[in-house]
Amino acid sequence: MSERFFPDTMPPPMADGTSLPWWEAAAEHRLVVQECGACQATRLPPSPVCPDCRSDQFGWREVSGQGEVYTFTRVHRPLGAGQAIPFVIAVIALEGSGGLRMISNVVGIDADAVAIGMRVEVVWEDMSPDLAIPRFRPTDD
Amino acid sequence: MSPARAHIVGVGESAYARWGKIGEVSEHALACQAIQRAVADAGLSMDDVDGLASFAEDRNEAVFLAAELGLPALRFGNMVWMPGGGGGCAAVSNAAMAVETGQAEVVVVYRSLCQGQFYRFGSGGVSADAPAEPPVPSLQQANSLLMASMGFAMPYGLLMAAAAYALPTRRHMHLYGTTSEQLGLLAVTFREHASRNPRAVMGGRPLTLEDHQASPMIADPHRLFDCCLESDGACAVVVTTEERARDLAKRPVEILGSEQGAPRGYAFGPFTNANIPDALYATGGGEEMAGRLWAKTGLSPADVDVAQLYDHFTGCVLMQLEDYGFCERGEAGGFIESGALAWEGGSLPTNTHGGSLSEAYIHGLNHVVEGVRSLRGESTSPVENAEVCLVTSAACVPSSALLLGRK
Ligand SMILES: [Zn+2]
Repeated sequence: MSERFFPDTMPPPMADGTSLPWWEAAAEHRLVVQECGACQATRLPPSPVCPDCRSDQFGWREVSGQGEVYTFTRVHRPLGAGQAIPFVIAVIALEGSGGLRMISNVVGIDADAVAIGMRVEVVWEDMSPDLAIPRFRPTDD
Repeated sequence: MSPARAHIVGVGESAYARWGKIGEVSEHALACQAIQRAVADAGLSMDDVDGLASFAEDRNEAVFLAAELGLPALRFGNMVWMPGGGGGCAAVSNAAMAVETGQAEVVVVYRSLCQGQFYRFGSGGVSADAPAEPPVPSLQQANSLLMASMGFAMPYGLLMAAAAYALPTRRHMHLYGTTSEQLGLLAVTFREHASRNPRAVMGGRPLTLEDHQASPMIADPHRLFDCCLESDGACAVVVTTEERARDLAKRPVEILGSEQGAPRGYAFGPFTNANIPDALYATGGGEEMAGRLWAKTGLSPADVDVAQLYDHFTGCVLMQLEDYGFCERGEAGGFIESGALAWEGGSLPTNTHGGSLSEAYIHGLNHVVEGVRSLRGESTSPVENAEVCLVTSAACVPSSALLLGRK
């Protein structure tokens, strides 16, 4: 099991058939984005049809997990027992994703030191043997 | 011949109270009370009502209310499909379309909200108290598109609206140098307006900028006083045709124009969608809608005498000021500092009832009620000779808006 950043009481993700492959890749510690099979435009969260060309053909592209903080907030209210506050929710701009962002957390750093533009990389948190959540931590440079 | 324009002819509400304080009356009874008061305010009887409309998944379904209130027939029942408070003005707009097309003649739009009797928004069913046996974390089945979308927000702890709307607000501060004090001034201004409003839950509680700056951080930049109240209460407005509006009890208010919706690719807005276009991210998402509203009415921001802007969070009000063109993009902070939104001396008196920050949080339908009062000369912070009022419902989610005009 990986390093833990949040308690088990953190709300679990929910998925339907369209988003399930994203979570299956996450369980293998692969961070993926959906890629249109016709025009190669990328998208997140997963959806059945490409909003650009309306093709229903798609695949999954693995990204490096490198990125930068696009915006963030420090949450000062615990959501579950045992959770340290403040914790940081951030929008991460994902490198090599075709311009996509995702919501996640910035961990492994004092909350007050988080800033827009900060370089980060993915760190997987195994919440259980079947559930891995991608968080982000500052890159060492 | 074009159909008659719809008018708002009656408004009403229950008493407003803090979250969880109304327990002796059901949420559903409050809905009936607000509807009856709005109908009486119009000088109509329940026998005249043939339509009901609401939004935000109001738990008090129209079919039951119609039966209980003795409507002769229910000819129009409508629930708006915009998330939460985004549907308030849209519900009024849908009621207007119903009466303008002859689908119904008198439609009451209502919203009743007693979170204390059900669950609290933003909790996601998660308690800060330790559960007896924490379940093993696992992927859950999403029972709706919204929940599948929330699947990309909730595992990161993004449940509270205060945190969700902090994301675009933080970005706005980064891009334009907007400050917490500028946000605080909004809260202070609306609280001052509430001081004259006997309906306002926070009417007797003055607020200074120092109080704002000293209030606890919830999800930065949102401090406690940047967040709207959580309230119990209900309100309602009555919509009918121009012809019917002529001989009723109060001065009718004309619906000059309405808009609802979201820009391309917006989905639920920044709450669950990290990929709304960069140009839209640090906005309320309403700029296109505002453009359509000005175009269809032939009015401009300069024509607006008074505004009732949805104020779930101060940052969302700030971004709406730019969306609707009251100032340039990035300049709302300075616009607020100029005192523009103040009842006393402001060029755009805003939230003259105190808004959701200080009157009550009834998902913003109380902003429509105040919009009507401000054009009737009934507001407790009256704007002399006000002829045009802008009312908005939500921002940073799909939203809606009304331009109201004095007859
Ligand atoms: Zn495509």
